[in-house]
Amino acid sequence: MSVQQPPVADPAPAPLPAPVEEGTTAVAPRRTSRARLTVRRFARNRLALFGLAVLILLFLAAYAGPLLTKWDYKSHDFLNFMSGPSGEHWWGTTQGGVDLFALTMRGLQKSLVIGLLVGIISTFLSAVVGAFSAYFGGWADRVLMWLVDLLLVMPSFLIIAVMSPMFRDSSWLVFVALLGAFSWMITGRVVRSMTFTLKDREFVKAAKYMGVPAPVIIFRHILPNMASMLIIDTVIQAGAAVIGESGLSYFGFGVQAPDVSLGTVIADNTTNASTYPWLFFFPAGCLVLIGLSIAFIGDGLRDALDPNSTRAKARPARRKNRAATSKPLKEGATR
Amino acid sequence: MGRYMLRRLANYLVLVIVAASLTYFLAGLTLNPRAKFEGRNPPLSETAISRTLDDYNMNPDTPVVTRFVHWAGDVVHGDLGKTIEGDSVNDDFGRRVGVSTRLLLLATLIGSALGVAVGTLGAIRQYRFFDRFTTLASFFVLAMPVFVIGVALKIGATILNDGSQTLKVLGEYDAQFAGQWNWDALVNRAQHMLLPALTLIIVQVALYSRYQRSTMLDVLGSDFLRTARAKGLRHRTALVKHGLRTAILPVVPLLVYNIVLLFTGATFTEKTFGWHGMGELLVDSITKQDVNSVATVGLFTAVLVLIAGLLSDLLYAALDPRVRVR
Repeated sequence: MSVQQPPVADPAPAPLPAPVEEGTTAVAPRRTSRARLTVRRFARNRLALFGLAVLILLFLAAYAGPLLTKWDYKSHDFLNFMSGPSGEHWWGTTQGGVDLFALTMRGLQKSLVIGLLVGIISTFLSAVVGAFSAYFGGWADRVLMWLVDLLLVMPSFLIIAVMSPMFRDSSWLVFVALLGAFSWMITGRVVRSMTFTLKDREFVKAAKYMGVPAPVIIFRHILPNMASMLIIDTVIQAGAAVIGESGLSYFGFGVQAPDVSLGTVIADNTTNASTYPWLFFFPAGCLVLIGLSIAFIGDGLRDALDPNSTRAKARPARRKNRAATSKPLKEGATR
Repeated sequence: MGRYMLRRLANYLVLVIVAASLTYFLAGLTLNPRAKFEGRNPPLSETAISRTLDDYNMNPDTPVVTRFVHWAGDVVHGDLGKTIEGDSVNDDFGRRVGVSTRLLLLATLIGSALGVAVGTLGAIRQYRFFDRFTTLASFFVLAMPVFVIGVALKIGATILNDGSQTLKVLGEYDAQFAGQWNWDALVNRAQHMLLPALTLIIVQVALYSRYQRSTMLDVLGSDFLRTARAKGLRHRTALVKHGLRTAILPVVPLLVYNIVLLFTGATFTEKTFGWHGMGELLVDSITKQDVNSVATVGLFTAVLVLIAGLLSDLLYAALDPRVRVR
């Protein structure tokens, strides 16, 4: 069906919240106000702001840190093995005389990039599969949901670990793809059930009867209505990926040498952890900081994007009564 | 209800068979058991290696389909094949399930109960000190991979021990107590168990309390709870009988899945503290290129997921006042 796309993107009636993506200029003032509102609500959450600041700092440190120190993560200082933190080596040196700061920053780069990529991949997969599954229903739905069940039954840690020789020979991007492939199923189900409720809304029906092709409807009308859920999911999945990656790498099934990630740095230095604790605490501390900052950001986003949340209200509503009851997800409500 | 359950069971069974088969094919194709024998000293001849591998049904030269049929046929008869050392997988597996169970049973029970309790209290006293403290603490714990918690506890124990041997950080018991169950042996086991169990409890409490807190908050504002209070029930009775029972429902699947799947081994905890359970097998079987053991872990995990799914369905139906058996 080759039907021309009408230039006006949104045949949606007014009552729904304006989608958080590019639309027409007609709704522009409302949309910016919503984005601005979200930012304002997010900024009221001190922990979330703190998390954002820490995450930005970590990114800066990971990429600028190696420029500040004269040591390289590959070079060995044969005058210093297992030395403690000092002016010479800020975080001390490893068993092989490698500067721990340079090494950790290098690992931090890899861990952050993997988290970011997996978060995006996994959320994209869950959005596409969940929405298509519900939109088409019938056999497509059955097959896709069976696939979801199968992937949930498969022991993902085992599968990725068994396949680890494959990314020893190719690149770590294969590892990223695998992590993403095994982390979208639960969200996929959530997207699917939200799509079911959106599918029967007037604006979707209208688009359908105007002959707008299904993929366009899904990407332009259905998914934008879950934008906030998907944004939060990306953040959470990124955090989960960082932790999952470090676990696999810890056993040697993740990032392969000569690449390093925080997991491999920690694993290489665990044997000496009780006698030389800094070898463990510095890289582990970075890892915990990533996890914490992402958790705070996710929490802040959830409050900021949830219209029913009391925590992000302008007046710090510190009443002793109950939290706002969360309404069931209907009407494209954003959570 | 019965027919619906049967249909689900059939579907689950198909899933398990497919998942286990896929795991076997993957392991059979990517692992290289030959490498395990090639580095031997004195070196083994090619034919000897091939013969041994054939005997274990792990020879990469045999088409993977043939090996799979052989393996599957044995599994149907309850024989899981041979490990790369030539022992029976069944024996090794049985031993490991025992170790994992001993480690996990207590830790899981304590962890789940504490997690639900902490989450409930946090919800009732929202934004008070207890709630803030536990929320922050659980954020902190959940941001850490388990091995970081384990190693940190180990370092802490070394400092606490201060040269003594009170807290043990390796193994399930000291060698001299093997097979004994007298008082000294039990004390020794407890010393060994404290840290790994603590690791598991900390992680579980953090996780369950988050979920329980949010479901409890949803329930606290509900009409039926107000009705229960209006009927004249005491605050506490209403909270426990009506509130907690409803709030725990969405947490049940999570609890069940976690508890059941813990039996595939708390991999990080077992590796960190040197317990030879299922979790250790998961890692070691892959590093040893032990195809049959990997396949067994895959099969076992799939079966456990199935059991967890059925269990949580049943429990949900039993607990939910809104689910009436049709």
